[in-house]
Amino acid sequence: MNPYLPREAEIVERIQESDNTFTLHLRLTDDRPYSFEPGQFNMLYLHGSGEVAISIVGEDPAQRLLTHTIRVLGRITRGLAALDVGQCIGLRGPYGRGWPMREAEGHDVVVVTGGLGCAPSVSIIHHILEHRDHYGHLSILQGVKHTDDLIWQAQYDAWAALPYVDVLLAADVADPQWHGHVGLVTALFSQLRLVPDKTIGMLCGPELMMRAAADGLHALGLPPQAIYLSMERNMHCAVGHCGHCQMGAKYVCRDGPVFPWPEVRELLGVRGY
Amino acid sequence: MAKPSIAVHKFSSCDGCQLAFLNAGEDLLTLSELIDIRHFLEAGMADEEAKVDIAFVEGSISTDEEIERIARVRANSDFVVTIGACATAGGLQALRNLDDNHEAWKNAIYAKPQFITTLDYARPVKELIKVDFELWGCPVNGRQVLAAVQQLLFGVAPLQSNDKVCMECKRTHTVCVMVAENRPCMGPVTRTGCGALCPRFGRDCYACFGPAENINGPAMAARLQGLGLPPADVARRFLFINSQAGDFHEIGRQSYRRGFDDD
Amino acid sequence: MAKTHAGAPPYRPAGCAGVSLPKSTKPPISGAEIRMLVYPVIDTHPCGNDVIMEDRGFLARRELQTLIDALKHAGYRVVAPRVVDHAIQYLDLDHADQLPHGWQDTQAPGSYRLTQSDETRCFAWANGPQALKPYLFKSREVLWHSQRETDGNLSFHTDETEPQALAVIGVRACDLAALALHDQHFLERIPDPYYAAQRKKLLLIAVHCSHPADTCFCVSTGDGPRAQSGCDLALSELDDGYLVEVGSPAGESLIEALPLENATTEQHAQANAQIEHATRAQQRSLPSRNLRDRLFVRLNHPRWQAVAERCLSCGNCTSVCPTCFCHQETQVPTLGGDSSEHVREWDSCFTQGHSYMHGFIVRPETEHRYRQWLTHKLGSWHDQYGRSGCVGCGRCITWCPVGIDITEEAYAICGTPPADGGEA
Repeated sequence: MNPYLPREAEIVERIQESDNTFTLHLRLTDDRPYSFEPGQFNMLYLHGSGEVAISIVGEDPAQRLLTHTIRVLGRITRGLAALDVGQCIGLRGPYGRGWPMREAEGHDVVVVTGGLGCAPSVSIIHHILEHRDHYGHLSILQGVKHTDDLIWQAQYDAWAALPYVDVLLAADVADPQWHGHVGLVTALFSQLRLVPDKTIGMLCGPELMMRAAADGLHALGLPPQAIYLSMERNMHCAVGHCGHCQMGAKYVCRDGPVFPWPEVRELLGVRGY
Repeated sequence: MAKPSIAVHKFSSCDGCQLAFLNAGEDLLTLSELIDIRHFLEAGMADEEAKVDIAFVEGSISTDEEIERIARVRANSDFVVTIGACATAGGLQALRNLDDNHEAWKNAIYAKPQFITTLDYARPVKELIKVDFELWGCPVNGRQVLAAVQQLLFGVAPLQSNDKVCMECKRTHTVCVMVAENRPCMGPVTRTGCGALCPRFGRDCYACFGPAENINGPAMAARLQGLGLPPADVARRFLFINSQAGDFHEIGRQSYRRGFDDD
Repeated sequence: MAKTHAGAPPYRPAGCAGVSLPKSTKPPISGAEIRMLVYPVIDTHPCGNDVIMEDRGFLARRELQTLIDALKHAGYRVVAPRVVDHAIQYLDLDHADQLPHGWQDTQAPGSYRLTQSDETRCFAWANGPQALKPYLFKSREVLWHSQRETDGNLSFHTDETEPQALAVIGVRACDLAALALHDQHFLERIPDPYYAAQRKKLLLIAVHCSHPADTCFCVSTGDGPRAQSGCDLALSELDDGYLVEVGSPAGESLIEALPLENATTEQHAQANAQIEHATRAQQRSLPSRNLRDRLFVRLNHPRWQAVAERCLSCGNCTSVCPTCFCHQETQVPTLGGDSSEHVREWDSCFTQGHSYMHGFIVRPETEHRYRQWLTHKLGSWHDQYGRSGCVGCGRCITWCPVGIDITEEAYAICGTPPADGGEA
């Protein structure tokens, strides 16, 4: 089995989420099975230009659909953004270690995300809502730089209306009509009512935000090993061979991208790692 | 979908970079099917004012006429690519910038200097207009140019190659001419793109592709001196072809001597 | 030649299974069946730190051609050291007279020189710029092709060509140690099919190192100068020929074709004295075989900045390092755009692209890059592969254009107790 060889995937639906963010619903054109765990990622391939690691937002097994939400940040994502329904890309995956959904069963879950960190964490929320009786209270804390960056407002509103779900939003810079918090997402922690020994924290976003969030949850009583982070590094091979994604001894592609905090705490936010 | 249109514009240069297109052989035929070449004097197409998707600019800006013309190129083009050392970093003719003594050099070099109407300084294109992508080299090669065109045809920005020549040398299993033969090779500060052409033929790199990213000019200059190069030669190594490239300019100037003096 | 290996049982050097070949018994497979061994199948890596090399006798130097012919006859591509472009390089070889007879090297930080004398020896030198790495982890390799059909569909395929079996003569202990590390990296967990394809078809004839360079420190890392394991044959070079040891069934079969003489006590004593000399001659060392903890509490050591002032960030050290494995993947489309090759090529933690993340560079400065290299090589490698990533070959010292010495830097950073508690 060649771990580098992509499979063909057809774009079935394309949604423009914001100026620079879009969602692709993809269908693998072969018959081979595919399944993923929340927090894992795929390598998406743009013909002739290259591959990029993109986290998996969700799936619709009946339709054989896979969903990726992508922000235009570099040359490949810009090229992917220009594709239309019916066009094909390459896809290989899923890769890496996902969120600790099994360990979190019977626990409350706090999801803290910043920026497009929301994309990988949406898979957590979907999983919990689909297996509602396995999990306790769900708190969703989402921070964005600017209110314009908040995609899925309707989705957040819908989640907020569900029982045992809190949604707390924060924006560094806010429009006048913004009704969430203005400032850092970690400032929302004061509104949390945690039961520290039965809560799992799942963090996703810029490293400095995650470091602050991990410290904040720890200060609220969560043990370090109950806090998980989704890391991001340069990835070419996705199977721990090419060496780019190393963070200390960890291959983020293979050992992560989701890590218990103690595994990455030493080098988190250290410049150059 | 309409074929993307391109133009190839020439400014102060030797025309050598345009040969990257003309020497592409069969690829040039393929290319002409994929794109609409609107202006390319060396290939016989003349429509200087054509509005195009991609303009390739060869040469530095060194006359008043060129200052006006490069502005029109920018206005007529969606995406501007400089090709070669002259357009990207001044080229050989920008050596005159180093001395602030244009008249003396002109009179010394040309038999009839009264016919030369050039500006005191030769400028890289980016000092005059916004440049979207730079292709370095003296000259650029076909592989580089076609790879950039190819990515643009895919609707994707070309990939910028800014590693040191040493990376290409080692990938081609070329024995280091500096370590094994004491040659004053500029590979450790020079940008890839040539495929380590000179070292593969036993020659030291002379930096025609300009500075790589994150160069260590002082350490390189010290090493060249350690190999026995006098300061004027160290200056030449950095300033010869890409004297207006910031990283080379700065370190080259430190060893440079004004005027016609040699050491 | 016929591919008769399909039904061959999985093969490992004897020592891997914890058993060594019984002395002076017939090899388990006869010479007539040597072709069976041309394509040994290695299911994981031929680790075998406990492989015991077995003495088999003496091969006169004039019989080296017999060895080369036997390998060629058995279907091997033969690669051996040759002097080309002012350096000893492992290249294809047909005749024993292409070996570096009488050549010797002088290595120093940033300097490599060869000189020839009328000596008869072929292996009286320390390693050149490369050895095994380019043959298994290729500097540039097409992984797959993407084809865009006229209807817009994409298909992906690989080239299904099997590499020719490869025999390498003259491999040194440091490079065998490096190979074992690459085996761990490329074959364990998620095997790399390209590395594995050549690795399965590799026969190694080591030569114990008798002439270490001034830049060598394999004694300090525990990897040399004697080739202890991981090879099929090992040779001790003497003035008139070679003592031959066998390390695997493939090696056992190979020596059937060789006119071995009985080795004398004097010859063994001479070979041992050479190893002893090669051990004592090494002046360089690392402060410890495990510097993990000492490095990671010194991430703010001023030496990182000091070395960055000398370092050209050119990546030569990583390219010549036999254990460095970083590579990048890139696309090479045809001009028409319908097909594209997915290529991998050597990369380095000294490039900007290595730590590029959508507009953000994790390691923008040389200080970060050198620190990444050293803390990985001598530090986090222990967590990843159970040992240091340095095998003491000294190549990074010789082939650094400005002569930065990894041992000197390691002592400067780790030689004294940390002044602070590490990274704030």
